[in-house]
Amino acid sequence: MEAFDLWAQLPSVLPEVGLTALAVIVLFADIYGSIATRRNVVFVSAVGMALLALVPLIWVPDPAQFEKGLLFWGGMVNYDPLSQIFKVMLLLSGAVTCLMALGDKGVGDKGEFYLIVIVATLGGLMMSSASDLILVFVALETLSIPLYMLASFRRGDLRSAEGGMKYFLYGAFASAIMLFGFSLLYGFAGTTNLGGIADAMSGGFDQGLLAVMAALVMVVVGFGFKLSAVPFHFWTPDVYEGAPTPVTAFVSVSSKAASFALLVRFLTAVFPPDLAIAGVVIQDFWVNLLVVIAIVSMTLGNVVALRQSNIKRLLAYSSIAQAGYTLIGVAALQGLDDSLAVASVSFYMFMYIFTNLLVFGGVILFIAATGKEDIKDLAGLNRRSPWLALFITIGLLSLGGIPPTAGFFGKFFLFQAAVKSNLVGLALIAVANAIIALYYYLVVIKVMYVDAGPDDEIPVGIPRSYGWALGITASIVILLGTIAVTPVYNWAALGAGGL
Amino acid sequence: MDATGFSVLTAIIFIPIIAGFVILFLDRQNRDLVRGVAITAASAVLALSLAVFFGYDNYVKGAGGLIDQQMTMLAAGGDLSGARMFVDALAFEQRIVWVESLGIAYHVGVDGVSAPMVLLTGMVAVAGVLISWNIEDRLREFMAFFMFLVAGVYGVFIAVDLFMLFFFYELAIFPMYLLIAGWGWVKLREYAAMKLTLYILVGSVFALVGAVAMYFAAGDFFSGSGAEVFQAALASGILPADSAPYSWSMAQLTLAAENGAFAIEILGIEGLSFARFWFPFMFIGFGVLAGVFPFHNWSPDGHVAAPTAVSMIHAGVLMKVGAFAALRAGVQLLPDGAQTHLPWIVFLTLINVVYGALIAFRQRDFKYVIGFSSVSHMGLVSMGWATMNLTGMTGAGIQMFSHGAMTALFFGVVGMVYDRAHTRDIPSLGGFMKVMPWVGVAFVIGGLTSMGMPGLSGFIAEFPIFQGMWAASEQITLQLGSFQLSNYYSVIVILSALGIVITAAYVLRVAGQVFFGEFDAEQFHDVGDIAATDRIVLIILGAPLIILGLYPPIMAPMIESGIRPLIALLGGG
Repeated sequence: MEAFDLWAQLPSVLPEVGLTALAVIVLFADIYGSIATRRNVVFVSAVGMALLALVPLIWVPDPAQFEKGLLFWGGMVNYDPLSQIFKVMLLLSGAVTCLMALGDKGVGDKGEFYLIVIVATLGGLMMSSASDLILVFVALETLSIPLYMLASFRRGDLRSAEGGMKYFLYGAFASAIMLFGFSLLYGFAGTTNLGGIADAMSGGFDQGLLAVMAALVMVVVGFGFKLSAVPFHFWTPDVYEGAPTPVTAFVSVSSKAASFALLVRFLTAVFPPDLAIAGVVIQDFWVNLLVVIAIVSMTLGNVVALRQSNIKRLLAYSSIAQAGYTLIGVAALQGLDDSLAVASVSFYMFMYIFTNLLVFGGVILFIAATGKEDIKDLAGLNRRSPWLALFITIGLLSLGGIPPTAGFFGKFFLFQAAVKSNLVGLALIAVANAIIALYYYLVVIKVMYVDAGPDDEIPVGIPRSYGWALGITASIVILLGTIAVTPVYNWAALGAGGL
Repeated sequence: MDATGFSVLTAIIFIPIIAGFVILFLDRQNRDLVRGVAITAASAVLALSLAVFFGYDNYVKGAGGLIDQQMTMLAAGGDLSGARMFVDALAFEQRIVWVESLGIAYHVGVDGVSAPMVLLTGMVAVAGVLISWNIEDRLREFMAFFMFLVAGVYGVFIAVDLFMLFFFYELAIFPMYLLIAGWGWVKLREYAAMKLTLYILVGSVFALVGAVAMYFAAGDFFSGSGAEVFQAALASGILPADSAPYSWSMAQLTLAAENGAFAIEILGIEGLSFARFWFPFMFIGFGVLAGVFPFHNWSPDGHVAAPTAVSMIHAGVLMKVGAFAALRAGVQLLPDGAQTHLPWIVFLTLINVVYGALIAFRQRDFKYVIGFSSVSHMGLVSMGWATMNLTGMTGAGIQMFSHGAMTALFFGVVGMVYDRAHTRDIPSLGGFMKVMPWVGVAFVIGGLTSMGMPGLSGFIAEFPIFQGMWAASEQITLQLGSFQLSNYYSVIVILSALGIVITAAYVLRVAGQVFFGEFDAEQFHDVGDIAATDRIVLIILGAPLIILGLYPPIMAPMIESGIRPLIALLGGG
C-alpha cells in the first residue's frame, strides 16, 4: 500500500474543506459577532461560496487519473469532471440563495439560515463525488436534514411547519427504503465501493436476480423522492408552497442537481452495460424503469400544472416535469458511448439551476413586495416593474425551452441524447410535453405583460443586492443559450470520461 | 464563395436585435425617438436586403454567373449532384463554428429561393413599422418585439445550418405571441395568440425530432459506409475542411440524402425507409405554419386577432417561413420521402386552394376574407412544391414573394380602413374610394394580383404552377399499397382553377362593397384620407407586384437557379 500523500489527496475535497471552514466562521460570527457583523453574515456566506466555486475550476482533475478510475480518500471519493461541474453549480446556487434570502423577514435576518444552507450545500458536494455506499448515504443525509429544517424555518407559520413535517416524514421513509436497498447490495457484493459491487456481481453471480432488481428499485425509489419524480412527488407541491420562498428555490435546485449527479454515477458504476445476471442485462431493466418514470413525471407534472392558480404550486409541478425531462438524459445512458447523455444531464442541470433560481428570485421579490402568491396577482407587472417582469420572463422562457435562452439548448441536448439511444418515442412524448408546458409558462408571461391589474400604478422596487443576483442569473441564462454553450457543453461532456 | 469573412447577412440579423434592445431601454415618453430608432433600423435592413437581392441577381446572371455554370454543367454532364449545386448557389456566406463537438455552426447564406424572401422581409419590416406609427399603447415595447420578430424571420431564411433554422424559427414565436396577445383585437387576441403559438410549436418540435434523427443517420453514414463520399466531398470543397461526420450543415445533410444515407430501413417494416418515415414530420411540421390543410385553423383567427403590422408580417412573411422551411428541411433533405408523400399531400393543397377560397367568399368580416384568402393562396405554394418539377416549383417560389407582398398590402389596407371606420363589417362599409383613393387603388391592384391577372405578379406565379402541375401529371403516380393512381394532377389543376374563379368572385365583391357604392357620410363622418406614412406602405408593397408582373426576369431566373439543385435531388435533369 502506498503511503498517504495528503497533497495529492487534498484537491479532491478542497471545496468541501473550504465549505466546512466557512460554516464554522459563519457559526461563530453569528453567535459572538456584533450586530453589524451579523448583518454581514449573508455576504460572507454568499461571497465565500462564490469564491469556493472557483476552486474546482482552478484545481482541475488530471485525465490520466480519473480515466483509470483512481479514487481518493481510501476509495471514498471520485475526482473527475462530473463531480467538478456539479460542485460548481451547487456552490453557485448556494451563493445565489443566500443573496435572495436577504430581504425575507424571519428567514434572511437569522444567521443560522446561512449556516444551514452551507451545510446542505456541503452534503450536495459530497454526493456529487461519492463513490462508496457509506459516503453516499452520509452525504445524502447531510443534504436532506438541513433541508427539512429549512422547509420549516418559519416556525410560527402553519403552512411552513406542515410542509417541513411532510418533507421530513416522506424523506425519512424514502431514505430508509434506499438504505435497505444499499444493504442488499452490500449483502450481495461484500463491498461498499460502487465499482466493486459491479465487479462482484458480474462474476458468475446468477442467483438472486430478483433480489438485485429489488435492490435497484429501492434505490431508485430513494432517488425518485429526492428528484420529486412521479410517483414519489407527493411532498413537492405542499413543501414548495409552504416553505419560505428562498428555501423553495434552494430545495428545487440543489437537492435535485446533487441527486442527478449521484444517480448518473450510481447507475453507470453499479449496473454498467455489460452486467448481466442469469442472462438478463440489468441495464435494460433500469433504462425501461427510468423511461416509464420520466414519461409519467413529465406528463403528470405538466398536466397538473395547467390547473394551478398559485405561482409556487405551478412551479412545483413544473419542477416535477423538469425532473422528468432530465431523466430522459439518464435513461439515454445506455450503450458504451454515453458522453452525449452525461453531457446533456449535466448541461440541463447547470442551466436549470440558474433558470429556476431566476424565476424563484423574481417570484420571491414579488411576494415580498405584495404579499400575494396567485398568478392573477402578477397582472400588469410589466408596468409596475419592467425589469422584474423581464427577469421572470427570461426564466420562464428558459424553462419552456425557447431560444435564445439556455433552456432551448438544454432540451435540445436531452432530445438528441434520447434519439441517439434509440428512444425516439420518448423524445416525441417529451416534445409533446414541452408544448403543454409552454402553454402555462406563456399564460404567466401574458398575465404579466397583457393583463391589467388593480394596482397597476404601484411600482415594485428591486433592492440593489437583489438586482445584482437576478441580473447575473439572467445574464447567465442568456449566455448559456448563446455564446457560452460550447465551453459549458464541452466541459459537461468531459464528465463521461470518469464514469 | 468565401465563407470566412463578415457577411452582410449577419448585419441583417443583428441590426434588428440590437435596435430592439436599444428601443427597450429608451424613455417610454419619447415616442419620436422610439419610432426613429425603429424606422432607421428597418430602413437599414431593407437597404441591405436590396443590396443582397441585387447582388445575388448579379451573381446569378452575369456572364459566367451561376446560371451559366449550371447550364454548362447540365450540358456537359459535370458534377450534377444536388449538394454541389446547392453549395455553389450560396452567396454572402459566413460560417463560424458554434458548438464544435456537435457540428453546429452559425452559417448564413442566401440562394435563389431565399434571396427574394430576404427582400420581402425587409419590405414588410419597413411597412410594419410605418403602419404602427401611431400606436397609442406601449409603443416602445411593441416596436422592440416587432424588431425581434423581424430578426427571427430573417434568421430562418438565411440559415444554412439546420440547427440555426430551428433556433431562429423558435426565436420568432415568442415575440409574435406577445405582439398578438398584447396589441391584437381585444375580442379574440388571447385565444388566437395561444392557438397560433401552440399549433406552430407542435409542428416545429416534431420536425426537430426528425431533424435530430437525420443528424444521427447522416453522421452514422459518413463515419461508416459513406466515409469515402465524405472524404471526396471534403477534397472537392463541397464541405468546409473542418467538417466532422456528424454535422447540422444542410449541405452535408443534402449530400447524405443524395448518397442514400436516409434510405435505410427502419422499424423493421419492409419498404418503410428512414426518409419515408420522417418526411411527413418535416414537411407537415413546417407546413403547419404555411397553413397546410387540416392544420390551417390557426391562421384566420391569428391573422384577424393580430394588430395590423403583425398580420402583415405574419401572413406576408411568416407563412412563407413555413413553406420555405418545409422545402429546405423537408424536400431538399428527404427527397425520397418527398416522392412518396407529396403525391398525396397534393390533395391537401387542393383543399387549401378551393376550400380556403370558398370560406373567404362567405365572410362578412373584411379581415377574415383576407385571412382565408391567405390559406387559399398558400395552398398554391405547397401545390407548386408538390409538382416536383422546375416549372411548378419556380412558380411556387415566385408565389411566395408575390403573395407575401400582396397579402401584406391587403392587411395594410384592412388596417387603414378599420382604423378610420372602426368596423370591418363588409356590408356596412361602402364608397371608401371617395375618401381614401390610394387605399382603394391599392386594394384593386392587390385584388387583381390575387386573381392572377396578367401583367401583375400573381399571374407570373400561378401560371407556372398550373403548367408544372400539368407537366407533372404524366410523371407522378400515387402508390398506396396495391392502389395506384396516375394522371390525376391534371384533374387537380382543373379543380384548383375553380379556386381562382372563387377568388375573383370574393375580390370583386369586397372591392364593390367596400370601395365603391354609396358612402355613408353620416356614419363615417370622421373618416379622412390616409397619412403620408401609410402611402409609403402602399407603395413599398404595391409597386413590386407591378414591377414583377411586367418584368419577371427580375426574379424568375434567380428562383429557377435556386430550384435546380432540388430538381437534381429529386432525380430530374
